[in-house]
Amino acid sequence: MSYLVAKDLVGGYGDTTILHGCSLTADCGRISVIVGPNGAGKSTAMKAILGLVKVTAGSVVLGGKNLDGLSPQARVRRGMAIVPQVENVFPSLTVQENLEMGAYLRRDPINDTLEEIYELFPVLADMRLKTAGNLSGGQRQQLAVGRALMTKPTTVLLDEPTAGVAPIVIATLFDMIIRVAERNIAILMCEQNASQALAIADVGFVLVQGRNRHTGSGPELLANPEVRRSFLGG
Amino acid sequence: MEAVNALVLLGNYVIVPGLAYGSQLGLSALGVTLIYGVLRFSNFAHGDTMAFGAMIALLVTWLLQSMEISIAPLPTALLALPVAIAGTALLVLAFDYGVYRHFRRVKASPVVFVIASTGVMFVMQGLIRFIVGPNDRNLADGSRFIVRARDFKDAFGLNEGLAIKASQVLTLGITIVLVLWLFWFLHRTKTGKAMRAYADNEDLARLSGISPQTVVMLAWTLTAALATTAGVLYGLDKTFKPLIYFHLLLPTFAAAIVGGLGNPLGALAGGFIVAFSEIGITYAYKRFLVYILPESMEPAGLVQLLSTEYKFAVSFFILVVVLLVRPTGIFAGRSA
Ligand SMILES: Nc1ncnc2c1ncn2[C@@H]1O[C@H](COP(=O)(O)OP(=O)(O)O)[C@@H](O)[C@H]1O
Ligand SMILES: [Mg+2]
Repeated sequence: MSYLVAKDLVGGYGDTTILHGCSLTADCGRISVIVGPNGAGKSTAMKAILGLVKVTAGSVVLGGKNLDGLSPQARVRRGMAIVPQVENVFPSLTVQENLEMGAYLRRDPINDTLEEIYELFPVLADMRLKTAGNLSGGQRQQLAVGRALMTKPTTVLLDEPTAGVAPIVIATLFDMIIRVAERNIAILMCEQNASQALAIADVGFVLVQGRNRHTGSGPELLANPEVRRSFLGG
Repeated sequence: MEAVNALVLLGNYVIVPGLAYGSQLGLSALGVTLIYGVLRFSNFAHGDTMAFGAMIALLVTWLLQSMEISIAPLPTALLALPVAIAGTALLVLAFDYGVYRHFRRVKASPVVFVIASTGVMFVMQGLIRFIVGPNDRNLADGSRFIVRARDFKDAFGLNEGLAIKASQVLTLGITIVLVLWLFWFLHRTKTGKAMRAYADNEDLARLSGISPQTVVMLAWTLTAALATTAGVLYGLDKTFKPLIYFHLLLPTFAAAIVGGLGNPLGALAGGFIVAFSEIGITYAYKRFLVYILPESMEPAGLVQLLSTEYKFAVSFFILVVVLLVRPTGIFAGRSA
């Protein structure tokens, strides 16, 4: 069984149901990728896993423990972290302060983790005293990921980490994500740049209208003619 | 000599009073901007929060005076200040618990908060009138002047004298200490950073485990401290009169908005901009010009751009111009 298992999630906003029984998994050291058209419910699924969206059926299990009914904060304490799609940094705080706030709940010294993050994202080390609002798109996303890593999570949920990032930076960002996974962290991310993302995916999920349409390894999905035609633009 | 006289004149009537009034407005605007940054609404009860704080200081001052406790030459009100801050903090926290918390729960729009704060304002006004009445009260005791105009004249052999009131020096000194402390707190402590983070991005702050309740309570406490200090300093400098504090609401908001709502440094700068505009525009420059112009060009009138009764028009004008030309303030803040 996978480290993170979200099974048959049903839920949405208010009376509108967006997820109609969608299932996702992620494993430590592996990358799971969700792709699908705009409005398919990818972001909603991630929020449901973190407990930000009300779920009426289905379950979320992390490391064998059921998380149902827990608040987002409680889930963060159990090792989950999320990088939201937008507004994922504190713009008027410095890079370093952003990372410190990521570790807000920690009571132990955070300096080692800070240094690890700066090693992982050298550009952040150079900019540690700059305000986050002045970073470029790619730098900001690295900061957002760094911020999420400050709690030393076992699982990181990434909502479109390459959205709004210059095309030449996208490959660098994916490299960074691979390096994060190499630290034995389970990654679950959704992406608009579907073919690039599936190329680094250990598992891929194609989501349509809140339901799983296809599931398979990255290469499998990339080779699937139907997936290519409908979701990867031929 | 003429030029020195002109400078001393300006110092006496514009610069020294402007520095004191600017500090008072700056402290007051800091309170408004903190609440805006954290709770996202313009707190119309802020003027009366100042009045309430100054009132407690007045009551405690009376008590101390009756017990013949004094810290002369410093005013007794200074000794009363911590008590006044604590009392005001309790009051605003009670209003938060009884009023604003409900509107946060139902996720009310900012307009609803503003109207609620207007209600709170009326309640505070009633409370204050009930306790001390509407009249002028003297808050100041201790020594009044640090430099007297006459002594200054005699010492330097000038026509013009520079008077420096104890309250003006106190205002400046306390403002510097309080502002330095506030910025240290906001930028160097974990709690202060969490507060800025919350003001920046509430959702992400929650996800990071920052407790909204703690941040909100802290914001109210800091605001109570800033408002009370501003109110007491203003009362020492001028006089304690409940209605005056209500009138300070306009220049306070002008200062906060000029500086960019939610921007502490801007609020402080805004306080001085508004204070110097108000005093500079309502000052009659005739005597000043007599000193620096040749006799032939001596002005006939008072050379006063606006009579003192209209000083609030200056704040109003600044407010309107900023909102029209640059709604986020001179220093980028949130949109007003
Ligand atoms: N906060 C919200 N309140 C109501 N509906 C929402 C909200 N966020 C998203 N939706 C709706 O939920 C559906 C799925 O959105 P989302 O999960 O963001 O899709 P994706 O991330 O796959 O593009 C969309 O129809 C969207 O309009
Ligand atoms: Mg999305």
